[in-house]
Amino acid sequence: MAPAVRLREAVALSGRFPLLAGVSLEVAAGEVALVRGPNGAGKTSLLRLCAGLVPLHSGEAVVLGHDLARDRWAVRRRVGLLGHHGFLYDELTVEENLRYSLRAAGIEPSAAIPAAARLGLVGRLGATQVGRLSAGQRRRTALAVLVARDPELWLLDEPHAGLDQEARDLLDGLVLDARARGRTILLCSHEHERAVALSDRVVDLAGGRSVGEPAHVA
Amino acid sequence: MWHDALLVAGKDLRIELRSRVALNQVVPFAAAVILLFGLALGPDRSVLAPAAAGLFWIAVLLSCVLATQRSFSLEVADGTRDSLRLSGLDPAGIFLGKTAAVIVQLLVLEAVLSVGVAILYGARLGGGAVLVAACLAATVGLASVGIVYGAVASGLRVRETLLPLLFLPVAAPVLLGATKAWDEALSGSPSGGLGWLSLLAAFAVVYVAIGVVVFGPLLEDS
Repeated sequence: MAPAVRLREAVALSGRFPLLAGVSLEVAAGEVALVRGPNGAGKTSLLRLCAGLVPLHSGEAVVLGHDLARDRWAVRRRVGLLGHHGFLYDELTVEENLRYSLRAAGIEPSAAIPAAARLGLVGRLGATQVGRLSAGQRRRTALAVLVARDPELWLLDEPHAGLDQEARDLLDGLVLDARARGRTILLCSHEHERAVALSDRVVDLAGGRSVGEPAHVA
Repeated sequence: MWHDALLVAGKDLRIELRSRVALNQVVPFAAAVILLFGLALGPDRSVLAPAAAGLFWIAVLLSCVLATQRSFSLEVADGTRDSLRLSGLDPAGIFLGKTAAVIVQLLVLEAVLSVGVAILYGARLGGGAVLVAACLAATVGLASVGIVYGAVASGLRVRETLLPLLFLPVAAPVLLGATKAWDEALSGSPSGGLGWLSLLAAFAVVYVAIGVVVFGPLLEDS
């Protein structure tokens, strides 16, 4: 079976500045891979490359069967990125943000209801404008969008940030559920113990390069 | 494409209804421009009335810059610009949707301003069909230019100052055509404005077509 993500010496630039200077990794479908590294190691850039947001400069990058050197647009509908931003509109309510995101992705908006319920975003909270929510509630809303879309590849950049204990546990459950359904997950997190417990393998980055061989988690 | 355009236009207009930026900021700004022109030129209506068309369209032009900046500030906040790219929405649909939302806002603004120039400048709003047609064609042209150059500027840190520099020179033919068409209508010879209407319509068609083609690459590169 072809891996969900396969990178070979992948290099990505922002102008002349190297975002990634040679990353190699392989993640099988249905695996959870933890990407570790210090600040500036290239973790976020790696996720953005896999989402088709950053162009591949050289090397090889194949995500969900799409060669990103030739076509980085087709992969976008098949991945979900939870980044530092929530990709939400402050003036729209939680429910409106969910429905808009689903309609844009060509998904029936009714999928918003169970996702919002799972994240505890029902009742008054669901009808509240996102700009009036706390940081943690915004994060839950962004997670609800991801859960409702249920993409084949989940790209999670510091997903535990800003969440309380209950929400962190909930997030971990969502990741494990997604893996059980055969979804592939690339995860960057400084919550080391939590993230390792969720992961099948660990990839280390430093200076925009992958370091050593990816390690399987025992 | 049309589904995506409706979705984006609906979202932008819903946000405007909630935030009321156009209503509470852009309309008062345009009204202040009209008022200040009146103060600068003096109370003599024999001076103000002949200048009404030009002053009206300058106010609309400047307001279009604000409306366009607002349209893209929605997409920069909270990383939603990446969200647009990840959504799988057709870029042409995004362009048409954002343009349509700005058109609606500008048409409301023009309705309010036209009453303002009638009251403040003593302009007689005759030749209604030409006035309305000029408003429609010029607004489509202005909004489409604004959204194209808004996309160019939106990815840059200097977007607030760059957009007017890019937009105003390109929109100059619209200012000229709309002013001339309104001049003819206000002076009681609306048929004289038909040629200018053709220019406005051609400009609108060309810039809508350009926007449909280039918006995707602009969204990626800027």
